[in-house]
Amino acid sequence: MGLSLNHFLVLGALLFCIGLYGALAKRNAIAILMGIEIMLNAVNVTLIGFSFFNTVKPYSTYLTGQIFAIFIITVAAAEAAVALAMIISIYRKRSTVDVGEINLMKW
Amino acid sequence: MDLVTVLFWIIAIILVGSALLVVSMRNIVHSALALVMLFAMAAGIYLLLNAEFIAIVQILIYAGAVAILVLFALMLTRTDSLSTNSNPNNKQWWLAAIISTLVGAAIIFAATFSQYSTAHGGSGAGYGSSACHLPPNNVVYIGQLLYSPTCYSYVLPFEIASLVLLVAIVGAIVIGREE
Repeated sequence: MGLSLNHFLVLGALLFCIGLYGALAKRNAIAILMGIEIMLNAVNVTLIGFSFFNTVKPYSTYLTGQIFAIFIITVAAAEAAVALAMIISIYRKRSTVDVGEINLMKW
Repeated sequence: MDLVTVLFWIIAIILVGSALLVVSMRNIVHSALALVMLFAMAAGIYLLLNAEFIAIVQILIYAGAVAILVLFALMLTRTDSLSTNSNPNNKQWWLAAIISTLVGAAIIFAATFSQYSTAHGGSGAGYGSSACHLPPNNVVYIGQLLYSPTCYSYVLPFEIASLVLLVAIVGAIVIGREE
């Protein structure tokens, strides 16, 4: 039995729901960021799987899924840098990274 | 089972296992190290899918830069209240578990069993099929697609991505500097 697109889609779905659990259930802000990174990697696995098993002619010749994955990696790196700078800035002012205690903007 | 299938199952099991370790470890530094393992295994998945350039970029940016950035942020934000269990769950973790299980089950159902599934999509440019000839050098082809101003290319999104990176650099410096 060979590999099919469904293998990679199910793998991406498993990674996505694990990352979603990490982003929703954690109290440490950096752990939430790690969950978001797992979700972005799940989307990359799905997109590159679509790019590899593509049958539609123009998109398979132009590697659209891989180009999308490159832009996702770019935006994820920018997001990680800005988010970690925000977390360190909050830690300097409040001495905590627990998102339950960061309630300055909570109504 | 051929070699590609065996490699896929090994890498996929380590990938999902390290993702579970990331969300379940008690010490958050161990979670970050499991995250490095996850990034490296995802690069292995990309290699199986003929995406050599993205595998290299994954190792460089994720396993190199982002992981080191996360570890630096962890070392700069040690707190006493989280010393015994530095990676705790919040009070609604059971709700998060239900929601993420439902979302994952919905995606798997949509991808495999529903009427919109791609049950016949496995015979495209996949293994052992010559329907689509990829160029032998993936890096050269992606470079042509990204930079070439004449043919079908992604020059404008590439420039916008570089602007996003510039704004992110300036923003990170402004937010993170000492007053």
